[in-house]
Amino acid sequence: MRKIFVLAAVAAGIAGSAQAADITGAGATFPFPIYAKWAEAYKKETGTGLNYQSIGSGGGIRQIKAKTVAFGATDAPLKGEDLTKDGLIQFPTVMGGVVPAVNIAGVEPGKLKLSGEVIAQIYMGDIKKWNDPKIVALNAGVTLPDANINPVYRSDGSGTTFVFTDYLSKVSAEWKSKLGTNTAVQWPVGIGGKGNEGVSASVKQVANSIGYVEYAYAKQNKLSHALVKNADGNFPAPEEKAFQAAAANANWSEQPGFGISLNNQKGADAWPITSATFILVHAKPEKPEEVQAALKFFEWAYKSGDKLASDLDYVALPANVKDQVRNAWKGVTDNSGKPIF
Amino acid sequence: MTAATDMSSIPGATPIVRKTPKATFDLVFRNASFAAALLVLVLLAAIMASMVIGGWPAFREFGLGFITSSVWDTQNEQYGAWPAIVGTLSTALIALVIGVPLSLGIAVYLTQLAPAWFKKPVATAIELLAAVPSIIYGMWGLFVFVPLFAAYVQIPLSNIVEGMPIVGTVLYSRSPSGLGIFTAGIILAFMIVPFIASITRDMLEQIPSVLRESAYGIGATTWEVVRHVLVPQAGVSIIGAVMLGLGRALGETMAVTFVVGNANRLSASILDPGSTIASRIANEFNEAMGLQLNALIALGCILFFVTFVVLVIARLLVARVKRY
Repeated sequence: MRKIFVLAAVAAGIAGSAQAADITGAGATFPFPIYAKWAEAYKKETGTGLNYQSIGSGGGIRQIKAKTVAFGATDAPLKGEDLTKDGLIQFPTVMGGVVPAVNIAGVEPGKLKLSGEVIAQIYMGDIKKWNDPKIVALNAGVTLPDANINPVYRSDGSGTTFVFTDYLSKVSAEWKSKLGTNTAVQWPVGIGGKGNEGVSASVKQVANSIGYVEYAYAKQNKLSHALVKNADGNFPAPEEKAFQAAAANANWSEQPGFGISLNNQKGADAWPITSATFILVHAKPEKPEEVQAALKFFEWAYKSGDKLASDLDYVALPANVKDQVRNAWKGVTDNSGKPIF
Repeated sequence: MTAATDMSSIPGATPIVRKTPKATFDLVFRNASFAAALLVLVLLAAIMASMVIGGWPAFREFGLGFITSSVWDTQNEQYGAWPAIVGTLSTALIALVIGVPLSLGIAVYLTQLAPAWFKKPVATAIELLAAVPSIIYGMWGLFVFVPLFAAYVQIPLSNIVEGMPIVGTVLYSRSPSGLGIFTAGIILAFMIVPFIASITRDMLEQIPSVLRESAYGIGATTWEVVRHVLVPQAGVSIIGAVMLGLGRALGETMAVTFVVGNANRLSASILDPGSTIASRIANEFNEAMGLQLNALIALGCILFFVTFVVLVIARLLVARVKRY
């Protein structure tokens, strides 16, 4: 709920100051609350506002390619060849985790343990009941009901689905070949909820259900979550330090534009379903001053925005990754080829 | 005579003289109204054309298979509209089956049977229901109706019919979540009742009371008056009202998206989740790119076509009723 209040307050602020030379951006819905919060603080400090339209990652990619905004935002990173083709530079801003939310009669919150393989089989319809031997084997001492599992997924195209299916593709070869990684896949079983609120409403109301939502959303709505086995075979609690552990062990320079997956990273405490969200800008923008203003905003966010991010249950990037990003910004040049940052 | 109407008492006012009408005004007026009427046709043609052009890549890629295929796979860029078409038609049909008798009952009761003190509040309530935005119906459906429906109808029903032939297939749901095609139909029924009821009520009220009185005069019962006098008199308008409701049911987006369960697959059970054309567009449009976007526009094109066919059928029905 808190996010919604922040949104309303900031949306009102943005609308009221639209006549100033605002930074324009559009895209992913997942980071909207934190971008809105940052924009509010940034406006107070510098007088420059941010006009961010949370129209979805696909929309963000479309808008930046059409050059109607200074930056686009996406949860699913673009591949290196796409970045080169469109002359774009990509960098991460914050991270977040995805957690399985569950509603099972008689099972206490945070007690259920699942592995990626089991989650994949539940969503493929191969595991049908909560007392399936494969689930029982992971949960010694927990009494599981003889009830059908009701899987819930996001019906709208979503970065959360991208992260979730990317994780399942990493841990299950069958999932990878049958369903793959995308913002929407061909779900063989289950019901679809629109948005995080649709999924969490369904999980809360439908007995014996399982869904996946962003961690911030699950926490603020007090959804009961399950623990997921990570690459080291542990079951860490989904919290800030577990997401940070996933980021710390990743090799960010492995992919162009930092477009790595933080899913299933090694590390005893690493939460297995973690992801960063990304910003896209043109390397040779037609209006360099607009992109310069946007980069200044994100530099401010890197420097002073970590506390605000953590308040909203997002996770700040590690310091060394921020430095790598600042280095990448040198690739953004004006017409004469001079770096603008 | 008051000062306001006494023109001659106002200094400088000229008395009104009837001028000979000028043909030019008539001509301008005629052309202006013709342009207004033409605009509708042009708009319709433009919408149709842009949908056909936008959806063309999908139609070209899949041909007739776009309509008959049940696959909706964004990963491998395979698209088929059949489950969405079936979902659209079945939710609308369920809405009509529940909504039409309800609306006609309300209209007949309000015009023929209700005491005067009761008429007004009910009539106002109906008009208010028509004014409720569809997203409110959707939220009410998801948060209030769906849990009740699951607990008191779907779960007990599934337990009873499990394993029965035919009935067990149509009414059993593997995930008794309360979300599904049938729930969407019920919510749609609530949404179309105000339209059909208030139009039918207006029509019934316009029937000259002498017709009713003479029927009662020759000893007809209330039922006979409704059945043999009122319904045939208002028949054409009632069909028109039903078609208006059907139009809303076919195209309704937000409310359905909330409660239909959003599964892009066909199920034999009407209690299982499904999707409609409108709900699928609402779900996927934001993130769609390339062929998926074309496929969604093609879906819109099909919805346009389905609505058009429904209207043609309505016209034919009205023509038939008129003949009798």
